Amino acid sequence: MNIKENIKTIIIKKPLKLDCGKIINNFPLAYETYGSLNAKKSNAILVCHALTGDQFVTGLNPITKKDGWWSYAVGPNKSIDTNKYFVICANVIGGCMGSFGPSHINPETKKIFGTDFPVITINDIVNAQVNLLDHFGIKQLFSVVGGSMGGMQVLQFVSNFPEKTKTAVPIACTSSHSAQNIAFNELGRQAITADHNWSDGKYTSKNNVPEKGLAVARMAAHITYLSKKGLQEKFGRKLQERDDLKFGFDADFQIESYLRYQGSVFVDRFDANSYLYITRAMDYFDLVKQFNGNLSNAFKNTKAKFFVISFTSDWLYPTQENKDIVIALNAIGTDVGFVEIESDKGHDSFLLDVPDFLKTLKNFLDKSYIE
Amino acid sequence: MKPEYKIIMNMINEKSRVLDVGCDDGILMEFLKQNKNVDIRGIEISKEKVQTCISKGLTVIEGNAELDLKQFPNKSFDYVVLGQTLQAFVNPEIVIKELLRVGEKAIVTIPNFGHWKVRLNLLIKGTMPVTKTLPNKWYNTPNIHMCTIKDFFKFSETFNFKIFKSLALINRKVSNINYSNLFIKNLFSELGIFLIEKSDEN
Repeated sequence: MNIKENIKTIIIKKPLKLDCGKIINNFPLAYETYGSLNAKKSNAILVCHALTGDQFVTGLNPITKKDGWWSYAVGPNKSIDTNKYFVICANVIGGCMGSFGPSHINPETKKIFGTDFPVITINDIVNAQVNLLDHFGIKQLFSVVGGSMGGMQVLQFVSNFPEKTKTAVPIACTSSHSAQNIAFNELGRQAITADHNWSDGKYTSKNNVPEKGLAVARMAAHITYLSKKGLQEKFGRKLQERDDLKFGFDADFQIESYLRYQGSVFVDRFDANSYLYITRAMDYFDLVKQFNGNLSNAFKNTKAKFFVISFTSDWLYPTQENKDIVIALNAIGTDVGFVEIESDKGHDSFLLDVPDFLKTLKNFLDKSYIE
Repeated sequence: MKPEYKIIMNMINEKSRVLDVGCDDGILMEFLKQNKNVDIRGIEISKEKVQTCISKGLTVIEGNAELDLKQFPNKSFDYVVLGQTLQAFVNPEIVIKELLRVGEKAIVTIPNFGHWKVRLNLLIKGTMPVTKTLPNKWYNTPNIHMCTIKDFFKFSETFNFKIFKSLALINRKVSNINYSNLFIKNLFSELGIFLIEKSDEN
């Protein structure tokens, strides 16, 4: 993944103090935009990507040559209508699509950071990407929108910059990463670090990639993005290109083959160390604790209008965790709407063609938008 | 639009904070927004109806009044409206208490089971009444706690809340209900509309 000339980047000169205590400056932040900014600069939407997403929200991703991760929701006449809105998305710091991350060169040692890269948090990610608003001269966003880890960034963004957005749409997320969430992330990290090729994070200098470990991490995570019912309906016990069981450990079942495929394509586009860093950022996310056990306090200074969305079959960030956000907002009289969308596509519902979701997101944005 | 919406509107002050419990497809919310410039929120149990409300630009949360009113602080609204759904709750007394905790005042409307047609229906036919305001059969009705206007008066005494205003809707005409005309109003009203408030001693 060296062909990155299609990536737009700004260099952030202003020092950023990370939660771990380290200060970073002169670091790159990669981003992409869609649509155009109006004269009043009032139509900007910051989209925050999830764990394995990147700034290439929609259309063809120039690096992977695949459709952007939110092509169903973002584009002309879609839920986030790029004919109308100016969409900005930044690659998170710690990521591997051009923003400052563990695959970059450490200026002090002139070597690739690897695990010498500082541990970052959702707070750090948000504090880095707010620089894009200054870059475009945007005082206030029309909206900040994101699902999963993107939703956590939405919450943190509004908390950190209460006046910088008119509306906020956290989708399928949580205000505090649960033990189960952390457990699954740890499983992924262990798979990576247990791969001999990981070499304490120094695999690049050895011209290696911990492919097996990263693929297993992706496979395990992928299961958590789907629902039992969805899996059963799509795969059941169907066999993979064979009439009968082979009494071996090849992929007899379609679900095995599917997961192996998901793992194998993932290693081509994602960096193993980035996976460690970003999952860590998610695990450290606890907005409730940050505000001493009272989530409402995170939002007490904002006038933003919220719309929280969850999905019936999402067991990774279940409705109750989304509802806790709604409850905290209602407790302080914030303007908040909430709906749980019926879908059997699990946590991934927000990325997929779920018409009720896409329609409702569009309705909320379009009805809230005043030029 | 339901005939009682105008009556409800007249009970509500300009620019007040209103919560519509069981806001359905948001028609009352829109009406109050347009005519009284209120800051209005809704709570609705049906996903489809929540989505309809969102498509109208209304702030609505999906939820169940019996479980989800508790997230609102005391007196966070000037008015809480409960339109024709009190009889559908498992615990109407808890709902009323919650309405009066969350709102300074509450506006409650009830389909009157004391209406003469309902009484006659049961008396003559001997079957559970089906009328214009109560169109369901006994087995598919959401109304599990039907009451009459007189029952609501008694309810207010038992649970110690004040009825500020009580209005009867008879053939789209509005009239006051008081203890002296209660017998007649309970016989002829299709709907009772009550503006209520927590008693001071509560």
